[in-house]
Amino acid sequence: MVTSAIPRSGREIRDSVVIRFAGDSGDGMQVTGSQFTLETALAGSDFSTFPDFPAEIRAPAGTTFGVSAFQIHFGGTDVMTPGDAVDVLVAMNPAALTVDVHDLKVGGTVIVDTSAFTERNLGKAGYAKNPLEDDSLARYQVLKFDITKLTADAVKPHGLTSREAHLCRNMWALGLLLWMYGHERSHTIEWLKRKFAKKPVIADANIAALNAGHAFGETAEMPEHLVGYVVPKAVARPGRYRTVSGTEGLAWGLVAGVRAAGIDKMVFAGYPITPASALLHTLAHLRAYGVVTFQAEDEIAASGAALGASYAGALGVTSSSGPGIALKTEMLGLAIATELPLVVVDSQRAGPSTGMPTKAEQSDLFQAVHGRNADAPLAVLAPATTSDCFDIAIEAVRLATKYMTPVIVLSDGYLAHAAEPWRIPQEADLPKFPVSYRTDPEGFHPFLRDPETLARPWVKPGTPRLEHRIGGLERDYDSGHISYDPDNHARMTKARADKIAGIARDIPLQDVAVGEDHGALAVVGWGSTFGAIHQAVKIARDEGRDVSHIHLRYLSPFPRNLGDLLKRFERVLVPEMNNGQLVKLLRAEYLIPAEPLSKVTGKPFRVTEIVQAIRNL
Amino acid sequence: MTVTTITDAQLAPKDYSSDQEVRWCPGCGDYAILKAVQKACAELALVRERTVFVSGIGCAARFPYYMSTYGFHTVHGRAPAIATGIKLANPDLDVWVMTGDGDGLSIGGNHMLHVLRRNVDLQIILFNNEIYGLTKGQYSPTSRRGTRSPSTPLGSIEYPVSACGFALGAGARFVARSVDTMQAHLVATLKRAHAHRGASFVEILQNCVVFNDAVFDHITGKEVAADAQILVEHGKPLLFGKNKEKALRLKPGTLELQIVTAGPDALVHDETNRPLAQLLAGLEPPFPAAMGVLYCKPAAPYEQEVYAQSGSAKGSGELDALLNSERTWEVT
Repeated sequence: MVTSAIPRSGREIRDSVVIRFAGDSGDGMQVTGSQFTLETALAGSDFSTFPDFPAEIRAPAGTTFGVSAFQIHFGGTDVMTPGDAVDVLVAMNPAALTVDVHDLKVGGTVIVDTSAFTERNLGKAGYAKNPLEDDSLARYQVLKFDITKLTADAVKPHGLTSREAHLCRNMWALGLLLWMYGHERSHTIEWLKRKFAKKPVIADANIAALNAGHAFGETAEMPEHLVGYVVPKAVARPGRYRTVSGTEGLAWGLVAGVRAAGIDKMVFAGYPITPASALLHTLAHLRAYGVVTFQAEDEIAASGAALGASYAGALGVTSSSGPGIALKTEMLGLAIATELPLVVVDSQRAGPSTGMPTKAEQSDLFQAVHGRNADAPLAVLAPATTSDCFDIAIEAVRLATKYMTPVIVLSDGYLAHAAEPWRIPQEADLPKFPVSYRTDPEGFHPFLRDPETLARPWVKPGTPRLEHRIGGLERDYDSGHISYDPDNHARMTKARADKIAGIARDIPLQDVAVGEDHGALAVVGWGSTFGAIHQAVKIARDEGRDVSHIHLRYLSPFPRNLGDLLKRFERVLVPEMNNGQLVKLLRAEYLIPAEPLSKVTGKPFRVTEIVQAIRNL
Repeated sequence: MTVTTITDAQLAPKDYSSDQEVRWCPGCGDYAILKAVQKACAELALVRERTVFVSGIGCAARFPYYMSTYGFHTVHGRAPAIATGIKLANPDLDVWVMTGDGDGLSIGGNHMLHVLRRNVDLQIILFNNEIYGLTKGQYSPTSRRGTRSPSTPLGSIEYPVSACGFALGAGARFVARSVDTMQAHLVATLKRAHAHRGASFVEILQNCVVFNDAVFDHITGKEVAADAQILVEHGKPLLFGKNKEKALRLKPGTLELQIVTAGPDALVHDETNRPLAQLLAGLEPPFPAAMGVLYCKPAAPYEQEVYAQSGSAKGSGELDALLNSERTWEVT
């Protein structure tokens, strides 16, 4: 964050600010963050958000493992990450303070609810002494407000129980933060009225708390040294914008892709799993858009139902996270063997096994590219940002249907929940790639190949005189009938590999996101690390370093120029949220001495971590 | 069942045969089942292009390759899931799931449970030979205690599952049983299954001539069949024996069946009575094995209800409207 010391109407102007709301998982921090995001968006700032919540739905109150946080980075310049260090931390209890204060920059502001700092809560958070009463927070600007009492006073006229009143604290904090940045409250008030339409008393009380927090900022009760900040509007390409999360981008992209392919139906089959369930929930609301959602009995059945739907001529889509994708593996083999389209969305999370379900990681790359029995190639894509999720989903549908193959989309827990502003496309401007189902019986067999794509024909059951049988047994190249012929198996194995490899001719050449297409260092990333790498490379370049950023969206096959491009750099650094997976694929594929930069803490890269790695090379 | 229309001249059973050589062991009960299914198809005048046979893995799972309809040989145990996807994509297709005791009740037991409880409109035909045939003779979940097999050389100590009992417990709304060698009864049973809208479960006792030969002889043998089987028919008394001289009735004061001399107190079969169906499904020697439609009580199939709901879903169906829903702002 850059600070420009130009006071205006008593407020400091800042290019960008990072705020984190932290509290108990029952304190409504995600809602608070989302509403702050909405008001920020409507104020015209660019932003990037990062929700960080525990796996437990309601962990025991006051504990450190029950802390739920929502971070937003917003400003007038290109905001590409949720921010490394926090400018303002709102800590609703001691546990939130102890967990999150380490990310607060020196001199940063921490706002605490003094009522929550009881002996009991301090004990649960592991504080021997109250940090508000010693000098342990001396490095920060600590604003101690009795938010509990101030909220209770504000909602008193509405006759709430003390428990209900307590639940309004987050709105009080939101009101204060909205005041600090000169944001509107009106959209939040509307939202509260809608949300609590059937409980107008609760709506009114929350609005009262929100207004009280806002008024608190305005009044003389605010300490004199706290002034509001002004964050200028971002300069954005003209057009209509909205907030989009990765999950929404994927859901809408799938709908758009199915329409672009001229397929009348998408069957989305999933099984509840964190953090992939959000896609099932989002699509379940889109029945009017040609979507049928199916909550299967398990991950295997979800992939089976999706594949059955594709066999029947719809587009089958299934989704999960790492452990669930593992269960779908055998069905992916069948999809590859029978050469049917299938889109598989993997919202990666930290593992192995159950791992850390709510924490992000990029550790399913090997699983996606190679994690099946036998030689079983398929296409793998990865969106770079939340807005890119929309485009990648469309591309997944295009490749799946054009090449009659499963396509895995590697999202992650961070992309799934993070949000950013998105310039809304118009359907008329989107690509069109209509599929043609085979209806002509002349010379038909189910594994006839298109000479260019090597794809087999897609036949809808119901089509007269094209009745045929397919399955997992190896089939004859020339007839599609079961075949155990050794040479035929070699030929079919090659055909399946060539088909996927040939996709490289049909995808864009690899571009360079920042910098030249040759030089001393290429920082090569994939997936959700885009923002952090991008910023880091820009900073390194500002320092005069010869460094470029290359970001892969296609991981299988790789773009056809990738090897040549990488060989034009003296060194290649590969930051990944795993223990070194892309780096090994690049080394294996191109025999280049690419170097890993791994982060496996369940948290996204900080910009500074990558900058430091570049400096240290 | 799906309403079908006759487009060609009436097809004969052989018209439902594919050009592929049938590769079951000589004498396998599957040949008789294939013949019965093809006969049922002809008698029902099924339209080949709208008919799909889906299978998992196992001897029974080779079935689709031998039919001239659409066919999908899939993954071990997963045919019910794939068939569900097919019906969700196109409810007009007439979909049959061909499975076995290992495929349907062991590795695929979970899918069987859920496809039955959801009531997806499918005919699910389970070939029960009480053994794993394709993998060379291991005991299966329907093998009786004591079954000696390569994996149970000292005899199986597991209690078998009753296929029909499982189906009823899972909430199936059509449960029937027949035998590979009882052609007329089998064809009639398959036709009843096809007529039922929703998931129809048919267990066929099937002889594995290589690994479990004669395992059902105590039920199906010519000399014993009349006493060892009871052919149940809706609305008719539950009689059996060479001269229908024996009957089943509820043992007074209990919830169990007993064998009595045929008379006015014989129990009348009511195929809409689930507890009665469960009693019939569970009959073991010295009781006769119940054959026929044990239970039939239709309800709207799953996929029909899915589409009925979709009809009332919110939204214009236009992508641009979807993308512009909720909060948007203009940058100029």
